Amino acid sequence: MRKIKEYLIEKLLFSSVLITVGVTLGIIAVLGFEAFRFFNEVSIVEFFTDTQWTPLFTDKHYGILPLLSGTLLTSFIAIAVALPLGLSIGIYLSEYAPKKFRKTIKPLLELLAAVPTVVYGFFALIVVTPFLQGFIPNLSSFNSLSAGIVMGIMIIPFISSLSEDALHAVPYALREASYGMGATKLQTAFKVVVPAASSGIIVSIILAISRAIGETMIVAIAAGQQPRFTLDPTVPVETITAYIVQVSLGDVQHGSVEYRTIFAAGITLFVFTFLLNTYSYSIRKKYQQRYE
Amino acid sequence: MNSIQKNRFKDRLFMYWGMFATLIGLVLLVVFIGDILIDGLGRIDWSFITNLPSRKPDKSGIYTALIGSIWILILTAFIVIPVGVAAGLYLEEYSKKNWLSGVLEINISNLAGVPSIIYGLLGLEVFVRIMNLGASVLAGSLTLSLLILPIIIVATREAIKAVPKSIQDASYALGASKWHTIWYQILPAAGGGILTGVILALSRAVGETAPLIVVGALAYVPFAPENPMDEFSVLPIQIFNWISRPQHGFIENAAAAIIILLLITFIMNGIAVYFRNKWQKKWK
Amino acid sequence: MEITMEKIADKKTVVHQTNEVNQASKIEVKDVNVWYGDFQAIKGINMNIKPNTVTAFIGPSGCGKSTFLRLFNRMNDYIDTHRMEGKIKINGNNIYKKKVNVEELRKEIGMVFQKPNPFPKSIFENVAYGLKIQGIKDKKFIIERVEKALKQADLWEEVKDNLKKSALALSGGQQQRLCIARTLAVEPSIILMDEPTSALDPISTSKIENLIFELKKKYTIIIVTHNMQQASRISDYTAFFYIGELIEFGKTKKIFTNPEHKRTENYITGRVG
Repeated sequence: MRKIKEYLIEKLLFSSVLITVGVTLGIIAVLGFEAFRFFNEVSIVEFFTDTQWTPLFTDKHYGILPLLSGTLLTSFIAIAVALPLGLSIGIYLSEYAPKKFRKTIKPLLELLAAVPTVVYGFFALIVVTPFLQGFIPNLSSFNSLSAGIVMGIMIIPFISSLSEDALHAVPYALREASYGMGATKLQTAFKVVVPAASSGIIVSIILAISRAIGETMIVAIAAGQQPRFTLDPTVPVETITAYIVQVSLGDVQHGSVEYRTIFAAGITLFVFTFLLNTYSYSIRKKYQQRYE
Repeated sequence: MNSIQKNRFKDRLFMYWGMFATLIGLVLLVVFIGDILIDGLGRIDWSFITNLPSRKPDKSGIYTALIGSIWILILTAFIVIPVGVAAGLYLEEYSKKNWLSGVLEINISNLAGVPSIIYGLLGLEVFVRIMNLGASVLAGSLTLSLLILPIIIVATREAIKAVPKSIQDASYALGASKWHTIWYQILPAAGGGILTGVILALSRAVGETAPLIVVGALAYVPFAPENPMDEFSVLPIQIFNWISRPQHGFIENAAAAIIILLLITFIMNGIAVYFRNKWQKKWK
Repeated sequence: MEITMEKIADKKTVVHQTNEVNQASKIEVKDVNVWYGDFQAIKGINMNIKPNTVTAFIGPSGCGKSTFLRLFNRMNDYIDTHRMEGKIKINGNNIYKKKVNVEELRKEIGMVFQKPNPFPKSIFENVAYGLKIQGIKDKKFIIERVEKALKQADLWEEVKDNLKKSALALSGGQQQRLCIARTLAVEPSIILMDEPTSALDPISTSKIENLIFELKKKYTIIIVTHNMQQASRISDYTAFFYIGELIEFGKTKKIFTNPEHKRTENYITGRVG
C-alpha cells in the first residue's frame, strides 16, 4: 500500500515537470503552425528582404526588417546604457563597497527590475521624452531613444547583480596575489578578476540583451507604432513586440493573414531569444564545471 | 605624477564613478516615483478606487481593473503553486542525473527567458481558442501561470537545496518514507524560501501587461468579473489604456493608478524580502 | 648578537636586544596590537629582523602568525573590522604612517601564499604581471626580467618552451615556484611566505626549500610554517607565537635545542598542537 502511494506521488510530481516540456512544445507548435500557414500566403523571401511592414494597410507589405530594426535599435540603446552602468556597479559592489553597503543596496537595485514595465513606459513617454526634447528639439513624441534609455535603466540589475555574483565567486587568493604585487583595486579588478569572471559576466549581458529584445510595454508606449526601417533614434519606430500588442488591441479577424502576422513576428522573436538563452545556458554550464 | 600615483588616482576615480553608477539608478527611480506622486496623488480618493471606468477622466475609477487584478492574482496562485512546487520537488528530490534531467533543466532555464508576449500568443491559441475559454479570467490566469512557472520551480529548487541534508538523514534513519520525509521535514524547512519565490513571481504576474493584452483582456470592462469565465481587465492594462489617451485628465488617472500598482508591487516585494531574511536566519 | 624575547609569567613582555642589532635591522616592530572587531589577534609584539636572513614564524593554528606576517605588506587593510596599533619600520620608515603608498610598499615586499594562486593567464603573463601594472611597456626589458625571475625560481628549464601555456596547466609545485618567480620579477627586498609548501608534495617542498636557501643571499625572507622540521632546516631565526603573543624569538638553533620557555619546548616537541 505504502509503496503504491509513494509510486503514485512520484508520478504525479513528474507530470508537473512534464508540463514545462509541454509549454515549450506548445510554444513551438503554436508559433510554427500559424507561421507555417502565414508563409503559405507570404513568400519567405519577401518576409526577410522587404523593407516595409504594412499588413494592416491596403497596400500590404510583409517585410520583417523594419520591426527587426526597431527591436534591435531600442535594445542596442538599452544595452549601451545598462552595460557600462551595470558592470561598473557590479565591480564597485564586489571589489570596493563595504559588505554592509552591498547587502543593503543589492535588493534595492533589484527593485528596479521589479517595477512593472507599463510604469517604465509612462516614465519614458511622460517624463524622459519631454526632458530630452529640451536638448534635442526635433525629437518626436514617440522615439526609440527615450524608450531605449528607460529600458536600459530597467535592465541594469540584470547585469549588475549577475556580474557581481560572478565577480564575487572569483577566489580571493587571486586578488591577494595581485594586491601583494602592488596592484591597485582597479588594476586587480580589470586585469585579474573581470577576466576570471568573464563567462559569468557574458551570461549576464546575454540575458540582459534577451530581456531587452523581448520587452514589450516600454516600447509599445514610448517608441511608437510606425514600422520604419531606420537607425535614427529620434523618430517613431515599431518593435516586434509592440506590433503584436498593436494587432491584439485592434479587431483583426481570427484566421486572416493579418492575424497570422503576429505569429510570424512572434516566431522571429522567439528564435532570437531562444538562441541567446541557449547560448548563455551553455556558457553557464561550462563555467559551473570549472569552479566545482 | 609617477605611474603608481597615476594608478592610485585612476583607482580613486573609478571608486567614485562606481558609487555614482550604483546610486544613479536608484536616484532616477526616486525621481520617477516622485514625479508620479506629484501627478497622481491628488487624484486618489475613495471614488477613484470604487468608480467604474468612464469616458470622462474625472469620473473614471479603477474598480473593475483592481478586482480583475485580484482575481488574476488569486487564480494564478491556485494554479501555479501546486504545479511549480511539485515540479521543483521532483527535480531536486527524485530526478536522477541523466540526459533527461539535463534536457529538463535546459528547458526550464530557456522558458524563464522566453519573452512574456510569447506566452500571450501561446495562451491566445491554446486557452482562448482551442480550449474555448475566451478572453476570460481563467484564460489569463492560466497564461500567467505558465509565464511564472519557471520562476517558482527555480525558487523551490534553491530553497530545498538550502535545507541541511542532516534533516533528511534523520528522518530516513527513523524509518520515514521518502514522501513522508518530504512532506513533514523538507517542505516545512524549505517553506520560507519557497514562499519568497512564490510572492516575487506573483508580484511579477500582477505587473504583467503584454501577455494579457494578447490573450484579449479588455481595456474597458463595464463590470467587475464575478466568476473565472468572465471577461476582465487588470490594473496595468487600465494604465496602458489611459496613457494612450490624449486628454491630460487620463494621464493623471494613469499616474494615480500607477501609485496603486506600485504600492501592491512594493508591498509584495517587501513581504518577500521579509520572509527571505527570516528564513535565511533559520539556517545560520 | 642574539635577540631574545621572553614572556615572564602572565605579565609584560620584556625585550632584550643589543644596539648593534637595532642598527642593522631590516624590519623593526614596535608595540604592535591588532584587533578584529573586539577580538585581539596580536598582543603587544616587538621584534627586529636582520637583512638577508630567513625568519620562521611558528605556532599553533590561530596563534596570529599569519595575521602578523600580513602586517608587513599591509594585506590586512582590506579586512573591514581590522584595526592596528603600533609601529612597523621597514628600512627605517614606518609603513603605517598616513602618507605611505601601499602599492609602492608592496612592490618592495613580495608575498607568496599558502596555496599556489597563479592568475588564469599564461606563464609569461603571470611573471610579467607586476611589471605591467607598474606601467612598464619596454618589451625587451620585460622579457629579460621574466627570464631572470624564472631562472631564480628554478623554473626556467621546465617552462622555457611553453611560456604561452596557461599557468593553470602546471603542477602544484611548479605553480608555487611560478608564484615565487612572479614575486621576484618586481625585485622586492623582502619576501613574505605564508605556509608556501603546505599544499605541496615532499619533492616540490624540498625544491622550494632549496630555493629559499638560494634566495636568502639577496632577500630578507619571513616564512610562516606549521612544519617544525622545515623551520629548523631553512631558517636562521625562529619566532614562536601563542594566542597572539610572541613567546620566544631567537636563533633557530637555540630555539630548537634549548628553548627558554616551557611552552616553546612543548610545542616543538609536539606536546601541544
